[in-house]
Amino acid sequence: MEIPDISISEFQPSTSLSKRIIPCLDVKDGRTVKGVNFVDLRDAGDPVELAAQYAEQGADELVFLDITATHERRKTMIEMVKSVAKQLNIPFTIGGGITEVSDADALLNAGADKISINSAAVRNPQLIEDLAMAFGVQFVVLAVDTKLVDGKNRVHLNGGRLLTDLETERWIKSAEDLGAGEILLTSMDHDGTKQGFDCDLLAKINRTINIPIIASGGAGKMTDFTDVFTKAGVDAALAASVFHYGEILIPDLKAELRRNGVSVRL
Amino acid sequence: MVGIINYGAGNIFSLTAALERQQIAYGMVNTEADLEKYSHIIIPGVGHAGAAMAKLKETGLVNAIKALKKPVLGICVGMQLLTAHSEEGDSQLLSVMPLRTKRFDKSLKIKVPHMGWNTVSFKNNSLFQNVPVGSQFYFVHSYFIEYNPIFDIAAVEYGNKFSAAIQQENFYGVQFHPEKSGEAGERLLKNFSNL
Repeated sequence: MEIPDISISEFQPSTSLSKRIIPCLDVKDGRTVKGVNFVDLRDAGDPVELAAQYAEQGADELVFLDITATHERRKTMIEMVKSVAKQLNIPFTIGGGITEVSDADALLNAGADKISINSAAVRNPQLIEDLAMAFGVQFVVLAVDTKLVDGKNRVHLNGGRLLTDLETERWIKSAEDLGAGEILLTSMDHDGTKQGFDCDLLAKINRTINIPIIASGGAGKMTDFTDVFTKAGVDAALAASVFHYGEILIPDLKAELRRNGVSVRL
Repeated sequence: MVGIINYGAGNIFSLTAALERQQIAYGMVNTEADLEKYSHIIIPGVGHAGAAMAKLKETGLVNAIKALKKPVLGICVGMQLLTAHSEEGDSQLLSVMPLRTKRFDKSLKIKVPHMGWNTVSFKNNSLFQNVPVGSQFYFVHSYFIEYNPIFDIAAVEYGNKFSAAIQQENFYGVQFHPEKSGEAGERLLKNFSNL
């Protein structure tokens, strides 16, 4: 009788890495806001306090996006990052208004674990490479806002206000080659609808890259998260309003995910 | 009091913030004389292992660190520095432990970097005292330390099994970031300060 080669199991992809749940805090003037389809901003509280609450609830990571930064050319507030880093015992990412290595350096020194770049990387792809060289790929998250235009997924800039020529999948692939360590993909078609993540697009892109991908846009109920992990296989899922307004509680969400066989940190 | 080796390899704001939250007193080690001031030493580190080693050499502290008899904790790249060699830049490191730091192989078909929370199987070791079994820790790295049962005190599975924590006498290393690993990480830092 043939003895099965048990060493094979060592080479199979691990399932022990947990899927991450990431509340996103959109920040404007030091306060958290959430735009539905990026307009009609509503105030949802103090970012530092919210961050501590989320960590307590079991959030795996947080993302802070200074949503007006690109539009108004404002730099993300270093002081807010420092206050967050002092309180928070989980990792967090800062995005918005980062256009050069020195911006990122200041955020790193203020305690940010990662920075996310969007428009600046499209305008100057070299920035991705420069940031990866300076701080390592793990520090560089590429945020991509995508929207279907004439049947093609196209990259949008400035919080969705500006359509570019870039095809989303191709842009993400080239960003990975340049040194992006993670992709934060927001479907503008799904964002704010609460009808679920864009699982088809996320699955397609997830297959083409070898870096983690965070799904964003469309979370409305707990099954949306189960779907995006089981159908699209993404590494993390990000949402804002469903968490900020208490529509979904993170402990409930994680219990639900675990019931459905998704590996999460409890 | 914990001394942090200040050699410019990455941001230490989060580490000092975590120590403050745990009410663990700390200071910076810039010179050999500074090493005497502290009961415990942390070697932080983020980024390229070869570059980190070059920076550590610039401080002139290499031999003094290797000769330390007090508890030393290397975190992430700081842990990798305790090994003999890294495939990252084909770098010779401190050789406190005869281990190799290797890159995640493409054939493992896993995403690199290994980024996120992973379950750590730890042995009965003071560093993990009162850390609940099954606890997860936050990892961010593209290179790992090969599993060796002699030095391993905690293992983790990602593509293959490797060391999440190692120990040789007073030298400890953790691949994950305790300062970012929630309560489990804070517990570990507290345990280290009590060694």
